[in-house]
Amino acid sequence: MRSPAAEPSPSPPGLVALALTVNGDPVRVAVPPARTLLELLRYDLGLTGSKQGCDAGDCGACTVLVDGRPVLACLTLAVTVDGRAVETVESLARGPDLHPLQAAFVRHGAAQCGFCTPGMLMSAVALLAEVPRPSRDQVRHGLAGNLCRCTGYTKILDAVVAAGGGADDDADPPPEPR
Amino acid sequence: MTTPAPPARIGQRVPNPRAFDAVTGRTRYTDDHAFPGMLHARLVRSPHAHARIVAIDAAPALALPGVHAVITGRDLPVRYGIIPWTQDEYPLALDKAAFVGDPVACVAAIDEATAARAAAAVHVTWEVLHHVLDPVLALRADAPQVNAAARSGNITKAVQLEFGDVDAELARSDVIAEGDYWFEGTTHAALEPHCAIGMWEPHGVLTVISTTQVAHYLHRELARVLGLAEDRIRVIQPPLGGAFGGKSEPFDLEFCVAKLAMITGRPVKLLYTREEVFYAHRGRHPMQLRLRLGATRDGTLTGCELTTLIDGGAYASFGLVTTYYAGQLVTAPLRLRAYRLDSTRVYTNKPACGPKRGHGSVQPRFAFEVTVDRLAEQLGLDPIELRRRNTLEAGERTVNEFLIRSIGFRDCLDRVEHASDWKRKFRQLPYGRGVGVAGSFYISGTNYPIYPNPMPQSAVQLKVDRSGRVTVFSGASEMGQGAAAMLTLITAEELGVDPAAIRVVVGDTDLTPVDLGGYSSRTTMMAGNACLRAARELAGRVRQVVAATWACPLEQVALIAGHAVDREDGGRRLPMVEAFRIAEGQLGTLGGVGHYDTPKDVHGAYRGGTIGAAPAYSFTAHVAEVVVDVETGVVRVEHVWAAHDCGRALNPMLVEGQIEGSVYMGFAEAIFEEHVFRADGLHRGPSLLDYRLPTTLDTPEVTALVVESADPEGPYGAKEAGEGPLHPSIPAIANAIHDAVGVRIDRLPFSPGRVLAALEARRLAG
Repeated sequence: MRSPAAEPSPSPPGLVALALTVNGDPVRVAVPPARTLLELLRYDLGLTGSKQGCDAGDCGACTVLVDGRPVLACLTLAVTVDGRAVETVESLARGPDLHPLQAAFVRHGAAQCGFCTPGMLMSAVALLAEVPRPSRDQVRHGLAGNLCRCTGYTKILDAVVAAGGGADDDADPPPEPR
Repeated sequence: MTTPAPPARIGQRVPNPRAFDAVTGRTRYTDDHAFPGMLHARLVRSPHAHARIVAIDAAPALALPGVHAVITGRDLPVRYGIIPWTQDEYPLALDKAAFVGDPVACVAAIDEATAARAAAAVHVTWEVLHHVLDPVLALRADAPQVNAAARSGNITKAVQLEFGDVDAELARSDVIAEGDYWFEGTTHAALEPHCAIGMWEPHGVLTVISTTQVAHYLHRELARVLGLAEDRIRVIQPPLGGAFGGKSEPFDLEFCVAKLAMITGRPVKLLYTREEVFYAHRGRHPMQLRLRLGATRDGTLTGCELTTLIDGGAYASFGLVTTYYAGQLVTAPLRLRAYRLDSTRVYTNKPACGPKRGHGSVQPRFAFEVTVDRLAEQLGLDPIELRRRNTLEAGERTVNEFLIRSIGFRDCLDRVEHASDWKRKFRQLPYGRGVGVAGSFYISGTNYPIYPNPMPQSAVQLKVDRSGRVTVFSGASEMGQGAAAMLTLITAEELGVDPAAIRVVVGDTDLTPVDLGGYSSRTTMMAGNACLRAARELAGRVRQVVAATWACPLEQVALIAGHAVDREDGGRRLPMVEAFRIAEGQLGTLGGVGHYDTPKDVHGAYRGGTIGAAPAYSFTAHVAEVVVDVETGVVRVEHVWAAHDCGRALNPMLVEGQIEGSVYMGFAEAIFEEHVFRADGLHRGPSLLDYRLPTTLDTPEVTALVVESADPEGPYGAKEAGEGPLHPSIPAIANAIHDAVGVRIDRLPFSPGRVLAALEARRLAG
């Protein structure tokens, strides 16, 4: 799917040529105009980390960053990311080192089935970029566009608050006699 | 004698090993698989709630470039169904469609867009029939018959049971509380849509990769419907993106991708759209319930009678079992002297209902716990105290004869009472704010499989490599609940190896021994026990070899923290990899097998007594705190304290996750969710926007409290945690609304309109 980097060739009839970066790598690809960014990532580039939960912008499982801002890849036409930088969940870990948010999700048990996790993480990355030490309430607002059906959000909130360096014991039960 | 070593790893808070894949996007779900030459399939679905198929013309679809095949009901004319006695549906409707969305044909084409165009081009000639959506109307003599498999009229199953003399018990009661309740249906809405891929190999082997919770049952049904020998079929279940019961029976798409792969010789994938997931449904049944419950003046419960009318939708699904569960599972944790159940499930022209987390028992639990709250009010007793006085004891049988071997319900009540500061809140908070309590119990697996057979319900095989690695092979279904983590933990505990040296292979009928599936909260109990037995047997042989090498008694050798150690001589130890090598040298290739069979002596001998019979029972208590806005009717659930008796928390962090998720899902049903249909049978809002799921902003703070009452049957005493903790959510919130504003909302969900109407009705009543 990736054409040679310097190739200026006209795209096949009906296809639109794009040049963008995905997780730091240059990508040149020709897509039908109706191709969504999610289809580009999953079908053309084999980056299946971003999930399709609804294909309608309701669930947030496909959240990726475009030029650092969170977008719903299922509602974003691929042609609109020409010349821009796309980051997916696959970009977060550096070699063997997990991103602090990923590590916090693991440590806090914030991923159960894991289907919402990639989108949830990308929204959390965007939140921490804007609000470095978010309160639990700020995390609730920052992740309001991402549905999770397994966790009740409790441990996701714990993880993001902790990754931001805040106290992560808000939801712990009060001490009690046993 | 040397006493057994205390558990080294059981009970520790450790991350789920599978979480590393989840957070890096590496978990490969079904839809993440693609194969060279793969075709994409799409279903043609009925636009009518009830209509006869006069003719299907596939020629316009087949004429489109890129379309490879179209199949109809004639290609798969075999009835299927998860319950062997109630197989009442075809993979594709044969003669008539019985709900909007009933599939009648399936196309395979080179890509999704072409498949969608082809599906639209299939021409179906319909003869529209009268339809019925309301379960009460469906019972009338003049109602159209929805499904020819009905026992009579539209009844799929009717159950009448009585234990003790209910009339006498109610007659001697000083107070009787009663209510009519209506539980609107809800659906699972797992974030991962259903998906299946069929592959046919020229030498005659069919592989189906599917988002199923029940690979074994799917395996059997594929063989039957497709007319293939079971040994020619492989079912692979990748990790699931949530299921909650919504993937626990065969679906149209699995049969269709298999048949289309056999016809075309190419891999065929079918991925439901989100709208299709709503129509596939198999979610929580709508139920009308009437419940009466008596007590003597001292707060001793007497008799109870429950009548339910269950709206089943167009097909049976698990309905036979649902009809029993709708009454059999209210008989604990509180002791009843007599109990009568009259439960009826009817067909209607809507998507079939089935099991959702807390199958069949969440609806009657709502009715029962609210009625207990009414009773406490009439008696002038604190509702926690009333529950305490009537709690069953370990070793006791319920009125319908289920044996309760362990019960931590009093601890659950104590924990939520303390954590929520109940004594300073109940009946004392300002108008508009209130607290409510509810309790429940649930099965840890079912003692009888879906098809009768004398074989084990779960088996595990272990393979030991001379590198020191141990591989666990299990048919258990991984769907985020931590099945693989549980198997890793038990293997690590018993063999003393580091969890990082353990690989778990699950969900592949070619590679793993049988497990009946991820339903009825059975995995820790059954796959866990099978794993425990396999690992203990293997550990015993390794210890014997080490003991012989050291010339010491067997009891002195323990396998702990990556080593075989001499417990009498602290200096003598051997890395496990060395112990395995010595054992392999003496015994040959190392491995182990274990299986689990359920106890058969824990239930009554009456018809239906096996349904609800479980190896062990879990218990839960919730306290919910709510704020009711009397101007808008909006109920805001602020906090839920949930204490759950899981027997033994093998990993408390994962147990908490199950409790929190259960509380959330019950809360969602209480406040937001309803799976409802227009008069013409169309779903009111088949999307994740219109079918309202709680977000981070809606969901209450949840305090999960783990209670332990080790059960003799469970591995290390463990019982379930995946479904039980959902049950009290809804009635605890209902009872809190009553504490807040003094009205009872007996119909779900507790939407602003219903709250305002109840407040207005009270005002008019003066």
